[in-house]
Amino acid sequence: MYTDPILRVEGLRTHFYTFAGVVKAVDGVGLYLNSGETLGLVGESGSGKTVTAQSIMRIVPTPGKIVEGTIEFKGKDLLGLTEAEMRRIRGKEIAYVPQDPTTTLDPVYTVGDQLTEVIMKHQHVSKRYALNKATELLRSVEIADPQIRINQYPHELSGGTKQRIAIARALSCEPSLILADEPTTALDVTIQAQILDLLKALKEKFNIAMVLITHDMGIVADTCDRVTVFYAGQVCETGTAEQVFEKPKHPYTEALLSSVPSLALRKQKLSVIPGNVPNLIQPPSGCRFHPRCSYAKQVCVDKDPELESIEDGRSVHCHRWKELELKSAVAS
Amino acid sequence: MEVEVKELTKHFPVYERGVILRRRIGDVHAVDQVSFQIRRNETLGLVGESGSGKTTIAKCMLYLEPPSSGNVFFEGKNITEIFKKAKRTQVLAARRQMQYIFQNPYASLDPRMTVADIIMEPFEVHHHIPRDQWLNRMYELLKMVGLEDYHAERYPHEFSGGQRQRICIARALAVDPKFIAADEPVASLDVSVRAQILNLLQELQQKLGITYLYISHDLSTVRHICHRVAVMYLGKIVEIAETDELFDNPLHPYTVALMSAIPVPDPKQKRHRIILPGEVPSPINPPSGCRFHPRCPRRIDICSKEEPPLIEVRPGHWLACYNPWPPKHVFA
Repeated sequence: MYTDPILRVEGLRTHFYTFAGVVKAVDGVGLYLNSGETLGLVGESGSGKTVTAQSIMRIVPTPGKIVEGTIEFKGKDLLGLTEAEMRRIRGKEIAYVPQDPTTTLDPVYTVGDQLTEVIMKHQHVSKRYALNKATELLRSVEIADPQIRINQYPHELSGGTKQRIAIARALSCEPSLILADEPTTALDVTIQAQILDLLKALKEKFNIAMVLITHDMGIVADTCDRVTVFYAGQVCETGTAEQVFEKPKHPYTEALLSSVPSLALRKQKLSVIPGNVPNLIQPPSGCRFHPRCSYAKQVCVDKDPELESIEDGRSVHCHRWKELELKSAVAS
Repeated sequence: MEVEVKELTKHFPVYERGVILRRRIGDVHAVDQVSFQIRRNETLGLVGESGSGKTTIAKCMLYLEPPSSGNVFFEGKNITEIFKKAKRTQVLAARRQMQYIFQNPYASLDPRMTVADIIMEPFEVHHHIPRDQWLNRMYELLKMVGLEDYHAERYPHEFSGGQRQRICIARALAVDPKFIAADEPVASLDVSVRAQILNLLQELQQKLGITYLYISHDLSTVRHICHRVAVMYLGKIVEIAETDELFDNPLHPYTVALMSAIPVPDPKQKRHRIILPGEVPSPINPPSGCRFHPRCPRRIDICSKEEPPLIEVRPGHWLACYNPWPPKHVFA
């Protein structure tokens, strides 16, 4: 059993060198994950959640580049590894469940082919053994009739089943870390509930640590032990789910929580975060949230705050967290 | 009663491609014998999973798809007949009453037209206001949806998703409609922007007295914005009631399961989820009797044989089920 954080990311910067300029998609992100734990990454689109996950896997698409930072996985610095070494970790130690199962399964290969490819690559076993293993996997993700499914092509399957297969593929080499990038966004609510339950059960059964990327605060509250809130390529705050939902320390978290329509309470008017997500080629000076923050002061315009560690494993990225009394819109 | 839908049915034929001729092998029963009413100034929510026929209903109401059978009445007039048979001037007059906001603001704006052109195109089609007032009216509309004058000469690609949806709303408002069908207007937007658009829709309703049909699969936004809600499953309305009544007292097993499947943004609230087995069946050969019975946790013998009628079980609460949950059944 590994006791230190299984994954530690510090000062990660991933930039995209486009014709329009350098997009600072991830700019100084720090986070950690203990083994067996689920960490939720929440934030709006373009806040850098996916790029962070891609950086951990070292699969940032061009023209993106990891500029600096450390990514430590089980004590190894992933950024220092060669591509060949990295390939042995990718898919085996760290697995990825992508957002849209329709586009990530190859349409010209059967389900069996796609599962056995991973197994044979990493475990050096025969095709027959791999096929047996693949059937087992399909059973463990609760797919009915695995023998039939294994010979089918992705277009013959529904969205929920495809996502189950993507999960089975991620599990195939018994990884110790799964990065799930919005695994349920493309699915209906009742299917979403099935998949979330499945992920929770599998995580417990195999004692896997999971990074769950989502923009749905409900999913975070439901599935995650700890939460990291992203805004414009930076971390706003980190804490356990209870801490963040009940006592948000960052104004963005507070605003985000109060703009979510609630099933339980019917509000007259939803509170709104004014403005839009900033352009990351020329991000705002100082704290990136200051143009939309209702507590902003001069210091927020001038200086970028540090990601400060405060009590019990929480960290906050705000100048004024000590003075502010933030309220949670969801705490009952 | 402003809008009344009577026994609306829409079947899409399915063909098998032969060597020479196509052969009709069946029908997709997208919408089957659906009836409901929307009161003046009211927002009726239409919820259900993908493929349940929500969009088809809205399209048939506005005759963007001709219904297979059934009629839609608007202020007592049979709109379907008008669209089918009447002269162009009458059809245009009917079109001005009822407008549509599409789901995806990225696809529903012509990328080669400026915002001014987009919003003034309805004037060109309908000629309902004199040409010298077009510009003024266009600026008025921009202001109404919270955009600035200088946005008028820009192109859609220069706007964010939320702003694009505002342009779509302005275009729909250009003909002073009394009824707007909004098809998942916030599904593709980020949470913080979602709240802005929902508030805008509510404001416009209060200011202009518009009646909405609000289509969504997201029950929390439905609870926020709708006065009454209809729940659909596989082309049928299974339950319809006032919003608070429906959310406090869901009776149909599908509604209850749907509500219990939604993750709540509160880590302390651990709810008992009803996980529905399987997936939505094919609408080509819908199950006999109640279409929900193969997945229903409360099915009894009669469910697979006879189709339950939609009857009023409590004041204003209509239900199509033989074995509903008892009232006040709380799933917390």
